[in-house]
Amino acid sequence: MQRAYEVMFIVRPDLLEEDMDKLIATLQGHATTAGATVVNTEKMGKRRLAYDVKKFSDGQYVLFVLQADGKAIHELERRMRVAEPVIKYITVRTDEEKQRLDKVRKLREAKVKRPPAGSQQAAEAESPSVSA
Amino acid sequence: MADDNQEVSTPSPRPQGGRPDGPRPDRGPGGRDGGRKFFRRKKVCKFCVEKIDDINYKDVRLLGQFVAERGKIVPRRLTGVCTPHQRRLTAAIKRARNIALLPFAAR
Repeated sequence: MQRAYEVMFIVRPDLLEEDMDKLIATLQGHATTAGATVVNTEKMGKRRLAYDVKKFSDGQYVLFVLQADGKAIHELERRMRVAEPVIKYITVRTDEEKQRLDKVRKLREAKVKRPPAGSQQAAEAESPSVSA
Repeated sequence: MADDNQEVSTPSPRPQGGRPDGPRPDRGPGGRDGGRKFFRRKKVCKFCVEKIDDINYKDVRLLGQFVAERGKIVPRRLTGVCTPHQRRLTAAIKRARNIALLPFAAR
């Protein structure tokens, strides 16, 4: 079953740009061979960590947006655990949240559309009685 | 981020504890006993007012407003956030902690 996931991971700060690109490419390769499709990749740049991770106080953040099943995610996580430059990662399932957001937005749109029409009718209904 | 923390820093301990209509903690200077009455105002949920649907763990700027100086999640009664949003906020803050965007305990 394919689901939407986000995988965010932190790469050690002293890794060079080209090594970083290589690492990202290999991880993407592992993900696709495991059956995932990479929707989007974002390098979020260097950031100060809120606490030390493996004695690093800075880190380069990378975000993968994936369509994958549990097995592929499991494999990707295993690869990241093994990959030495990756110091921390987190996987978040986003499809349920996305669904909820779409629902909320739709509801809101419906709500925004309705009241003006309702108030107009009310105003029209009121004005004759006022004139009479 | 330090600035954001300042806004919602834990207020000085108040004798009445958890009064639901207490002053907003971010009204800092007036928070002392004498001036309290004047700073009492209705607290509203930031997420409802600004129509923020998505409380995302990546949005450190937003989450930082609801984390006290020491890294604690500020309770609902101090920030005025409504229950459903506080629930999502808590989950987001915990996720952010896990990926070192927010501290578990500062200093």
